[in-house]
Amino acid sequence: MRREPLLPLAQVANARAHGDDISLIEAKQRAKRNRQLARKERVKAENRLLVLALCFVIGFGAVAVKMGMVATSGVDDDQVITQATKIVNNRADIIDRSGNILATNFPTRALYAQPPLMIDPERAAKEIVKIFPDLDPKRITKDFIGGKRKFIWVKKSISPEQAQRVHDLGEPGLLFANREMRIFPNGKLAAHILGGTRFGEEGTRAAEVVGVAGVEAYFDDYLRNPAHEGAPLQLSIDLSAQAVLEDVLEDGMIFMNSKGASAIMMDVHSGEIMAMASLPDFDPNKRPRPLTQGDRGDDPLFNRAVQGLYELGSTFKIFAVGSALEKGLVTRASEVNTTTPMKVGKFKIEDFHDNGPSLTVEDVIMKSSNTGTARLAVQAGTTAQRRILKDLGFFEPTEIELVEGPTAKPQRPDPWREINTITISYGHGLSASPLHLATAYAMIANGGRKVVPTLRRLDITESLGDRVMSETVAQELVRMLRRVVGDEEGTATMAEVAGYDVAGKTGTAEKAVRGGYKEDAVISTFASIFPASDPRYVLVVSLDEPKIQALGKERRTAGWTAAPVAGEIITRVAPILGLRPIARDGKTEYIQTSN
Amino acid sequence: MRYIFYLLSLALVLGVAYWAYTENYTTQASNLRVKNLNTQIAEERAALSELNAEWAYLNRPERLRDLADMNFESLRLVPLSSKHFAELDALPEPRRYDNLPALFEDQEPVKVGNTEGEAQ
Repeated sequence: MRREPLLPLAQVANARAHGDDISLIEAKQRAKRNRQLARKERVKAENRLLVLALCFVIGFGAVAVKMGMVATSGVDDDQVITQATKIVNNRADIIDRSGNILATNFPTRALYAQPPLMIDPERAAKEIVKIFPDLDPKRITKDFIGGKRKFIWVKKSISPEQAQRVHDLGEPGLLFANREMRIFPNGKLAAHILGGTRFGEEGTRAAEVVGVAGVEAYFDDYLRNPAHEGAPLQLSIDLSAQAVLEDVLEDGMIFMNSKGASAIMMDVHSGEIMAMASLPDFDPNKRPRPLTQGDRGDDPLFNRAVQGLYELGSTFKIFAVGSALEKGLVTRASEVNTTTPMKVGKFKIEDFHDNGPSLTVEDVIMKSSNTGTARLAVQAGTTAQRRILKDLGFFEPTEIELVEGPTAKPQRPDPWREINTITISYGHGLSASPLHLATAYAMIANGGRKVVPTLRRLDITESLGDRVMSETVAQELVRMLRRVVGDEEGTATMAEVAGYDVAGKTGTAEKAVRGGYKEDAVISTFASIFPASDPRYVLVVSLDEPKIQALGKERRTAGWTAAPVAGEIITRVAPILGLRPIARDGKTEYIQTSN
Repeated sequence: MRYIFYLLSLALVLGVAYWAYTENYTTQASNLRVKNLNTQIAEERAALSELNAEWAYLNRPERLRDLADMNFESLRLVPLSSKHFAELDALPEPRRYDNLPALFEDQEPVKVGNTEGEAQ
């Protein structure tokens, strides 16, 4: 800035000309200069104040923000740690009805390789193959030395010994990842119920375990939900009963030369499945791949008890009799025409043995007469038959908690003509799973109340479902079924177990093949209820293509095959379930001793 | 008067500061302890679940059945059947023994199958 002189020449010259005082000019100029100076100082001071104010605002602002943060943030870091420790098992255990472990987790490690970090990839490849002989040496060498891959999963889960051996190689490019492996400590036991798991998303810190079949898949969300804090999933299965049932069933299957077998034991009141098996089975720890060729029904992974749809033969007769009784058309002692063959249009219905001109309703069941049942079914009518079968659950897939459950939708005729009514009355023309049959028998056994089969433990000791048939009819049916086993002339005398009053019905159905039936291959089924005096359990045993030499003849019928196996299962399992045998001196009391 | 007031305030500030300081450190120490304990709990839990898994594996019905078969000579275990139930009245009246004989004195203790070999 140009400094203005105190005595500008122009003004001084002017003042001299007029004779004015020059000092006045000087004073004026000095005052002006001072004003300018004061103004400048003021601006400076104002700026200084502004900067200072800003400093204070920032300082107090920081304090305020921090205070705000302290006041609003409730969660402390350490609490996060506390919560984290609860999720040790990321997948809940599965236990049986008395708390035995059926599925749990086990810490293990996965091996992965990072070839860029390797010092001697060639040696690493060679040594790794020595430790894991099942690896393909060519592939490993290519992956390690090829240089293209930066990250390779070598093994999904390895034992501590193997991990140590790999560690001893001292190769920095071979690394371990933590894993929780799903283990089924009982091996093959309850394989079809448990299903199996596989690794889902994999990371180097942990891997997801995903259920692929059975309850592991059905309850996948429940088992993985951290909100349950690792509370186990309790099933209705009884470990001991399941083990014995599988054991006896396997022996029976081999003894009866059959290629497959299934058995279901169910509580008649709650619908809880106490034990359920399908043979051949598999080890869920090493779940095999599904068969790519041949009959899917022969795959070990196939659950015959739940997924298998079979025509269940004469076990259905009791439903026809049930609907006739329910309608009040006949009583237990009514005579039914059993002349054989019975002609319906171009079809001929025949009995296995000629039972003479007539039998009582009770004897129709005991001797398993096709013609008698068919005539009862015609008398009761198609509508009544459809109603009873629908009520007993034969129209829909079961609600069992297995992913395989909904796939088993019973096959029923459409349209449903009179001839269908006749054939279905003795178990042909409608295919359902053994589980459907067990559920239906449970409804008869518990006095006619609806039962929903379940694999979860419930604490129900009496039936609470809707009524599907009257109690008196249900009791009559159980009495008739008791005669099938207890009477000398019954078809299932081999299923009699001293002290347990077994009631049941045999069923032998020729296997349906494309365009007809195979004569020499049958599915033989025995559906039973015990003890008949106060039914507690239902047992359905089904054998696939059994044949046995007995009394000089080859036998395939259920009375010779499935019935004795069922008898043996009841002999062995009933005491385990705490059922006390009925004393022979006429006392019909049994006492629940345990469970 | 004023000096006393100043001195007292100063002493108060010092005292409170000391208290806050020690509280802070004890809190940090307890937090560390909680953290360590939590880690320990997690480890124990993992160990427990591992042991449970092993216990379940060693008690699998298949193995127990085989052990019962192997040791049939000494244990004589047979499958449970309806014959193993008895009525309470079928038991004889308990007799009074005034001089109890030494029933088990000269008997060797029953050997139960050794499980150690199988544990691996």
